[in-house]
Amino acid sequence: MTSLSSNTLSRWSTDELLCWSLRGIATIAGAIVILIVVFLIVEALPALQHVGLLRFFTDPSWHPAEGLYNLTPMLWGTLFAMTGSVLIATPLGILSAVFCHYYAPLILARPYRRLIELLAGIPSVVYGFWGLVVMVPLIAEIQPPGPSLLAGILILTIMILPTIALMADASLANVPQQYLRGAAALGLPRWATIRGVVFPAAKSGLFTGVILETGRAIGETMAILMVSGNVVQTPSSVFAPIRTLTANIALEMAYALGDHRAALFVSGLVLMAMIVALVVSAGWISRGRMYG
Amino acid sequence: MAETLSRPQNPREWLALVLVWGAAGLVTAVFCWLLGDIVWHGLSHVSWTFLTAPPENAGRRGGIGPILVSTSLILGVCLSVSLPIGIGTAVLLAEFTSNHSLFGRMTRRSLDVLAGVPSIVFGLFGNAFFCKTLGLGFSILSGGLTLACMVLPILIRSTEEGFRAVPTSYRLSAAALGLSRTTTLVHLLLPAAVPGLLVGLVLGVGRAIAETAALIFTSGYVDRMPESLLDSGRALSIHIFDLSMNVSGGDANAYASALVLVIMLLAINGTVSWLAIYGLHRKIVAA
Amino acid sequence: MTPVEPITGSRLRHSLEDRPTGGAPQPFVEVDRLSLYYEGKPAFQDVTLSINKGCMTALVGPSGCGKTSFLTCLNRLTDLIAGCRVSGRITIDALAVLAPDTDVIQLRRRIGMIFQKPNPFPLTIRRNLEFPLREHGIRDRGQITQTMETTLRDVGLWDEVKNRLDSPALALSGGQQQRLCIARALALLPEVLLMDEPCSALDPLSGGVVEDLIVSLRGRYTVLIVTHNLAQARRIADHAALFWVQNGAGRLIEAGTAKQIFEEPRDPLTAAYVSGMRG
Repeated sequence: MTSLSSNTLSRWSTDELLCWSLRGIATIAGAIVILIVVFLIVEALPALQHVGLLRFFTDPSWHPAEGLYNLTPMLWGTLFAMTGSVLIATPLGILSAVFCHYYAPLILARPYRRLIELLAGIPSVVYGFWGLVVMVPLIAEIQPPGPSLLAGILILTIMILPTIALMADASLANVPQQYLRGAAALGLPRWATIRGVVFPAAKSGLFTGVILETGRAIGETMAILMVSGNVVQTPSSVFAPIRTLTANIALEMAYALGDHRAALFVSGLVLMAMIVALVVSAGWISRGRMYG
Repeated sequence: MAETLSRPQNPREWLALVLVWGAAGLVTAVFCWLLGDIVWHGLSHVSWTFLTAPPENAGRRGGIGPILVSTSLILGVCLSVSLPIGIGTAVLLAEFTSNHSLFGRMTRRSLDVLAGVPSIVFGLFGNAFFCKTLGLGFSILSGGLTLACMVLPILIRSTEEGFRAVPTSYRLSAAALGLSRTTTLVHLLLPAAVPGLLVGLVLGVGRAIAETAALIFTSGYVDRMPESLLDSGRALSIHIFDLSMNVSGGDANAYASALVLVIMLLAINGTVSWLAIYGLHRKIVAA
Repeated sequence: MTPVEPITGSRLRHSLEDRPTGGAPQPFVEVDRLSLYYEGKPAFQDVTLSINKGCMTALVGPSGCGKTSFLTCLNRLTDLIAGCRVSGRITIDALAVLAPDTDVIQLRRRIGMIFQKPNPFPLTIRRNLEFPLREHGIRDRGQITQTMETTLRDVGLWDEVKNRLDSPALALSGGQQQRLCIARALALLPEVLLMDEPCSALDPLSGGVVEDLIVSLRGRYTVLIVTHNLAQARRIADHAALFWVQNGAGRLIEAGTAKQIFEEPRDPLTAAYVSGMRG
């Protein structure tokens, strides 16, 4: 942007008016996040005061009717679902991008990329519905009851795969041609070039993609609510039903009152904290890696 | 890099080939399974009656007419609020702030965080702020306003890109001719930045329609035809959710509704691609 | 088709000093009526050239005559470019380069290429050298370290980088990067070196260092070097070939010994170009 913000160009009062009204508008936009945090804290305050932060992690269980507010089983549910889905989706997504760029014949590459873009656009409720109607019964045949951590992981995987695949695709496209030519001139075969040259060159983009998909996995509500059974417990196996923090809020918000409602806002704050921690640690790691 | 090295040179290359094709095949298979399933089960139930009639028996029979109306109204509220704020902010960030201004950086940073907030947290916020504090209750208005907050970062990012794509020479020529910045903006820059704006708009609409968690406790569950913006209204995504989770025997209509929703989104995605090409064409013509 | 020997340990222990330094001139690279078309448009047509073993040949001429494209045909890098068609014959050490069943990987091991803009991989210095060696079958740590030191010494980089082999290669200066790229190519013990204006993207000082390195390669490798710089060509080349655009495509105007091209050119165009009156 050229330095057009200096005063030499705006000698008209309409311009001043415009600039100030735009500033006002932008302030509204920028303030929304602050507003969200403020409201979360305000609504969560009663629970933090009456119940106390420690009890959210030490109470015997989550039983708002009896005044018990332990979030830990649901934290575990969120963490397991997130970890499982990221572990599966990341290699699949990155290999998909590698397929598009380096292995697919041209007539397949473009439709495949379009397919991934379409997958990215399907609403979570449709994924959840399909998972409920198709995947859960299949899992129930292997091991009842069906709605389970495994179902949640699988559905989440399908949902976050486009995120990492598209980011990886963009990063691979940005790898300078000269690296590829240099590798070819050295007689390096295809996968060796990808593994040894392309991946290091695309490192930061791939990393960003992983961060984005992890954030999406943590924040997903509808699909995981529909397929994972919603029993508040720390899962003992992948076939056990779980409830995530997000699903918990969605399920109980409709009828929660008083301290219970405030406790749900506390779990909302915990979610925000997880996302912020993710973004911050991403920035911290990538700064260190910038010259590596 | 589609070149003649297609025969793998050693076992590692073979393994890589198998894994890469396997991954692509797996993803394609899952996608076809999913879409195929929805089309297969939903197609038989979708008809003009389905699209216009009200739901009966908690949605097990009947159609989604009022629901489509509610969805459009929610969308309308969302866009009428987010468009002005989004364009205004984008204009400010692209045209009136330098890259190093504190205000610009802070606004951008806060928008980045906003983009990452989970949709359920938006739902909580919408419930606390729009429904309770502003007293709007469960209504289309609350839902639309909450969605506007969600869609804003997408809109702003895309519109800002659109403005940045306009060549600096336009602005310099306008200034050299003594035109005020307002005139330059309205008559010269805005029209040229329209492709970026449209892409952002369409992406935002796509996100808004797909949204469920943010609407559950802001716009409500009522599936009647809404009378006003303050009425509660059910969006299509919520209808699918309700039919599949809370209504036994609602699967058939859930499939049909899901198909309608997917088709709407495919149309929107198609528009984005078409716009990208069209926008490019216009830039070349204008250049 | 001559079978290619894999790189074995005994070959690796020899540094540049031990390589044979030419002998009786024998054609090593033979090009017969080579033409290259990008999307139907010719880059160059009907180039016939014969290059002796151990010779340094400069390809000169103004830009756009197809000199770089010509180089890329020799190691089949044209396979990477979509819409590219090559016709004619190339023979390197009796190996038919353009034949469909030629092992391109082994071909490119025997031919090293240095690009105009230094392009070390975004890895450490050590990995830049180690990685291609590993891929071509050298796995032994000791051999690799030995080869690394030998080639880095040969290009004059050893003293400059021996204490920072694990730092990023991209942190090196332009001249150092180019020398690293040359070391990387030499580590695979090629027989032919293709150099596309290796000094033109470097500042004069670094360019001089690289040029001295190239001169030291003479006789031990068959080198084809594209250069815009006539003075450089005069300084370093044994043979020279002039390319020019005629009838819409690059063509080989004249080829011969350096003495002949620069002092007794047969073609009037060559005479005009080397005296600076044209180009």
